Amino acid sequence: MKPVPVIEIKGLVTRFGERTILDNVDLDFYQNEVTVILGGSGSGKTTLLKSILGLVTPQAGEVKLFGQEFDLENEVAVNTTLQRIGVLFQNGALLNSISVLENLAIPLEQHTKLNPALIQRIGRVKLGMVGLAHAAHQLPSELSGGMRKRAALARSIALDPELLFCDEPSAGLDPITSAALDELILTLRDQLQMSIVVVTHELASIHRIADRIVFLDEGKILFHGSVPEAKKCGLEVVENFFKVGTFS
Amino acid sequence: MIAEEKNGPVHPVIDQIRQEAACLFIEGRLTHDTIPGIAKQLKKIASRDVESIDIAGVTQLDSAGVGFLDQLLEDQFHGASLIHVSDKQQQALDAFSSKDHQLPPAHRDPGIFEKIGESVYHLRHTISELVMLISEITFWSAVGVFNSNGRRKGSVFQQILLIGSNAVGIIALLSFVLGLILALQSAAQLRQFGASIYVADLIAISMVREMGPMMTAIIIAGRSGSSFAAEISSMKVSEEIDALRMMAINPIRYIVVPKFLAITISMPLLVTLSMVLGIFGGFIIGVSYLDLTPVSYFNETLSILTLEDLMVGFSKSVFFAGVIVVIGSYFGFRVEGGAEGVGRVTTSAVVASIFAVIFLDAIFSLIYMV
Repeated sequence: MKPVPVIEIKGLVTRFGERTILDNVDLDFYQNEVTVILGGSGSGKTTLLKSILGLVTPQAGEVKLFGQEFDLENEVAVNTTLQRIGVLFQNGALLNSISVLENLAIPLEQHTKLNPALIQRIGRVKLGMVGLAHAAHQLPSELSGGMRKRAALARSIALDPELLFCDEPSAGLDPITSAALDELILTLRDQLQMSIVVVTHELASIHRIADRIVFLDEGKILFHGSVPEAKKCGLEVVENFFKVGTFS
Repeated sequence: MIAEEKNGPVHPVIDQIRQEAACLFIEGRLTHDTIPGIAKQLKKIASRDVESIDIAGVTQLDSAGVGFLDQLLEDQFHGASLIHVSDKQQQALDAFSSKDHQLPPAHRDPGIFEKIGESVYHLRHTISELVMLISEITFWSAVGVFNSNGRRKGSVFQQILLIGSNAVGIIALLSFVLGLILALQSAAQLRQFGASIYVADLIAISMVREMGPMMTAIIIAGRSGSSFAAEISSMKVSEEIDALRMMAINPIRYIVVPKFLAITISMPLLVTLSMVLGIFGGFIIGVSYLDLTPVSYFNETLSILTLEDLMVGFSKSVFFAGVIVVIGSYFGFRVEGGAEGVGRVTTSAVVASIFAVIFLDAIFSLIYMV
């Protein structure tokens, strides 16, 4: 079966002033796959993510989400599309003044007309999925870094998105928590048929979750394919990364 | 997520719920956008005695749908069961089942008496912390006069610029306007008795003894007290205070003492400015509106003011300065939580220091009356 693309990017160019961050990127992401975006610092990983989501306005090129052009001018269409997308930010980005459960309830309260009891039940399930049901009434500032990230993941899947973006989900986490988070990402892919885009450097994590990797270098795509292909692709930078885990 | 046609055209099956005998049939999409409608239909048919719920007709089931079914089975139709569940639906039911995930009990809101009791209980801590802070600031300031080790070089001067010089404009303008207002209000009354010249006395005494020190203190509390609290609390939130401590540097000595010294030097100077400009405001009204001669206004002002009045004004201003620093840094060190904690303590610091300034002023007035 030919994989269906959920994100299609053509000729994407993003510049900040004189510096070109993304240089004519063509890229497809496929349904029900975990795609890992890789690259050294400053290679444009986060900018690529933000350009897809419209948080950064690209200078040229087009982005199609779910087969439709992502037109930033049309706010109604953008918001409808965004409800089918979940984003896990690097530092969690939970609202600090309200409890974890209330954080989860925000998208449900704003975008559905469900009654409060049902919203609470959904929040309970999502928190349970990330193993945080016991911390539901705590404030984000009372949680540890790993718990905060898991809570943020629970919030990003509150509306059962079809597409999930994770910006460095395992940065700053211990290996065990990081492995648990990877397990959760795989569960989301297998049980809920989500398409997932992950930015990460963690070699162990890549081996666990990646169906496909995109290797960025100085704003260009160096390699796009599966992990076994990457290991013998003939590109020194890519092969070296899989041998020693550094970008050099 | 379990959809036969994702993103496809609208499904021909109508999303609905109906009852036949003891069986409830749900058809169409059971997702977060269709559930409110289905719940409404369910209310209308007001079904009872349901023994099973048939979901064979459900084409799409998400976490909200599973939650809805769980709710029906647990609350409304206790003891009923799901029938004709497909494999895909079972997968969704397993993934989103709320049975295994229970929330801990919510925090109970304490009652009014409990709150009062708690705050009284904590008052002891608050007072002891404040006393500790005051003693540390005093101690290190006294040491700092002779030994400038342990604080940033040039930090006192820098703080004087921040707290003092940068506030000159606003204090001068406000004091001048205050002098104008006081003079205008009193002139209207005193004129009736032909006692216009006493406007000069009234302005001189009130600006020097009361309004000058208090106005300045309130402005400084708003300008600098808030910035003390914000600076210290954000340093605490980002672990900078802990880092200083680990470098064997006393944070009070390093951060608070320069501010304390700077504000103690700046305040009397600012108060002097405020007094002079306030009297000048009264002078403008006296000369232009009450037709007093400049020389008589000037003489009257000088004759009424005594050294004691000046001492009262300046001693107050030094006290207010200390209060602003202590309250600002107390709230700064007490911060809890993240960025929103910084905002909270900053507000509290300003409110508390303005309150303290006015309250202290009242006490001073009482003391000097006697």
